[in-house]
Amino acid sequence: MLQANERQGIVLSTATPAHGRNDALVARLGQHYRTMMSIRAFEETAEAASKEGLVKGAIHLSIGQEAVASGVCINLRRDDMIASTHRGHGHTIAKGADPAAMMKELFGREGGNCGGKGGSMHIADFAIGMLGANGVVAAGLPIAVGAAHAAKLQKRDVVSVCFFGDGAINRGPFLEALNWAQIYKLPVLFVCEDNQWASTTRTRDLTAGDGAAVRGAAMGIAAATLDGNDVEALDAAAATLIAEIRAGGGPRFLHVHTYRLKGHTAADAGAYRKAEEVQAKWAEDPVARTRARLAALGLGESAIAAIETAARDEIAASYAAAKAAPWPALDQAYAHIQDTGFGQWR
Amino acid sequence: MTSYIDAGKQALAEAMRGNPRVVALGEDLGRGGVFGQYRGLQQEFGPERIIDTPISEATIMGASVGMALAGQIPVVELRFSDFALCAVDEIVNQAAKARFMFGGQAKVPCVIRQPMGMWRSSAAQHSQSLEAWWAHIPGLVVITPSTPADNYALLKAAIACGDPVVYSEHKDLWPLEGEVPVDHRVAIGKARVAREGRDATIVTWSKTVHVALKAAEAAAAKGIEIEVVDLRTLWPWDRDAVFASVAKTGRLLVAHEAVQVAGFGGEIAATVAEHCDDALKAPVKRLGAPRIPIAYSPPLEDQSRVTDAMVLAAVASLTSHSRMRK
Repeated sequence: MLQANERQGIVLSTATPAHGRNDALVARLGQHYRTMMSIRAFEETAEAASKEGLVKGAIHLSIGQEAVASGVCINLRRDDMIASTHRGHGHTIAKGADPAAMMKELFGREGGNCGGKGGSMHIADFAIGMLGANGVVAAGLPIAVGAAHAAKLQKRDVVSVCFFGDGAINRGPFLEALNWAQIYKLPVLFVCEDNQWASTTRTRDLTAGDGAAVRGAAMGIAAATLDGNDVEALDAAAATLIAEIRAGGGPRFLHVHTYRLKGHTAADAGAYRKAEEVQAKWAEDPVARTRARLAALGLGESAIAAIETAARDEIAASYAAAKAAPWPALDQAYAHIQDTGFGQWR
Repeated sequence: MTSYIDAGKQALAEAMRGNPRVVALGEDLGRGGVFGQYRGLQQEFGPERIIDTPISEATIMGASVGMALAGQIPVVELRFSDFALCAVDEIVNQAAKARFMFGGQAKVPCVIRQPMGMWRSSAAQHSQSLEAWWAHIPGLVVITPSTPADNYALLKAAIACGDPVVYSEHKDLWPLEGEVPVDHRVAIGKARVAREGRDATIVTWSKTVHVALKAAEAAAAKGIEIEVVDLRTLWPWDRDAVFASVAKTGRLLVAHEAVQVAGFGGEIAATVAEHCDDALKAPVKRLGAPRIPIAYSPPLEDQSRVTDAMVLAAVASLTSHSRMRK
């Protein structure tokens, strides 16, 4: 498994090699583009596999939100931790999980991250500090905060990042977890990934006040709001906040505006929102924006295409591996439940 | 002699001395906890390990899941079993299932302390016995100690076992005194024969063990010898011990403080009916609270109480019945 910044296929050169600063910028943005392309390809492949009947359960696609995952996770170490949501494929890939293991998990096959026992909504990869997607909105916040609490007790300088959606800020555990992180000065970065839609309802119609950031600020947690489709801005902001957190500054809050370009689940056609709204949002597609930015910085078309090919090849191989993988052995239904009383099922 | 409450405190202190991963968290713990179960522990272990928390049951439990996933062993104080209901998602969907959902990548070792039961007119939201709820959930261990010695041994075993454990001490037993040998060990899932007898078996747990023992004493005066089996652990429960006792006596009463409908007594009665029919000389009987909320006023509260007189009457009915078998 690779950290985002170790991911293969990033061999970049610009037309103007003399400009060292530009080179560094392009290299960094190239890493983002590679990660974001992997996420995009993964989501598109999972969506197609869902239509094929190979992915049996519900999947929640993060198409349109790739910049958030990449912009934050590029600043994390392998031993840093993240807690994710039901819409968690992007975070998991950006943290460095193996897409083939993830695709097998979606297919419910042996060799999945969780042996096929969790599926899309419960993907976890503890080897890279990915503490789990979660099927319950806002449930990841207390878990991320508790993991940070443990890290503080263990005097480890790791950071715990909690991704959650705009819908989560109306659940009690959101308030409890923010308060908890602040009173104990825990190393947590809260990332509210505001895609404007809480399931199939427009979040602002059912949310009082001025939204997520002011709720964090009300508890004295330094909060920043920014464009979640601008991966460079996100990267820079996350780098600063994560450095402050790692230095012992306590929790920070990042509220990012993005958009869910697909339905709530892969099976949701999204008839409750106007086609023009979605169409307009495609103009802000973070993947296309990053591509255009790379070109503007002087990265050649063939180099950009090489990144895309590497990502698409990787995900195509993941799909093939998942399709070929066997079902889990049936005894796995009885494994990893509890040691005390193992064998007593009735 | 040690009290039931101090036996639990002693177990926790020893576990914390022996393993730096063990921490305790909950409301008011620095001042000893609402019942004094933690008195003096923050002085010994400091506020980093005996953690005073806000009144945030969902996050007390949810943060404990995160702590456990990241290497700690939290002892989670939820104050009253009734308040654990503010943390049901965190107990049922997170703590109990994380290990399974994640394919065994991580465990959630924790002890979820939920003092249970009727105690001095505590009314409908501070009196419940909800152990059957937790026994229903795959992944959870459920322990209900009835004596100081068992509270000591089982709390230590719970902290050491590596699984999420719902650990319910009975509030009415806090002052109960008993011998607590320092080398006392109890394996989770092993019942205890609290009193031997040949005529009928009472399977029970928690405070109702003492009610059953009182009834057995009265029955003995009438020449009826009752065997009282203290189940100690509801999940996993000790079928072998229950089956062995039923094989000996041929008669079974299951008695508990919780509401009888869908109570754990139903599980035991059904299992014995399925497996021990040849041994049964009388139909299995159950005794639990009526399906009414627990009232504040003492005479009304008593309507929810399983008394020794009720146990005695049930046993008398059992022993007067002798099924003819072909």
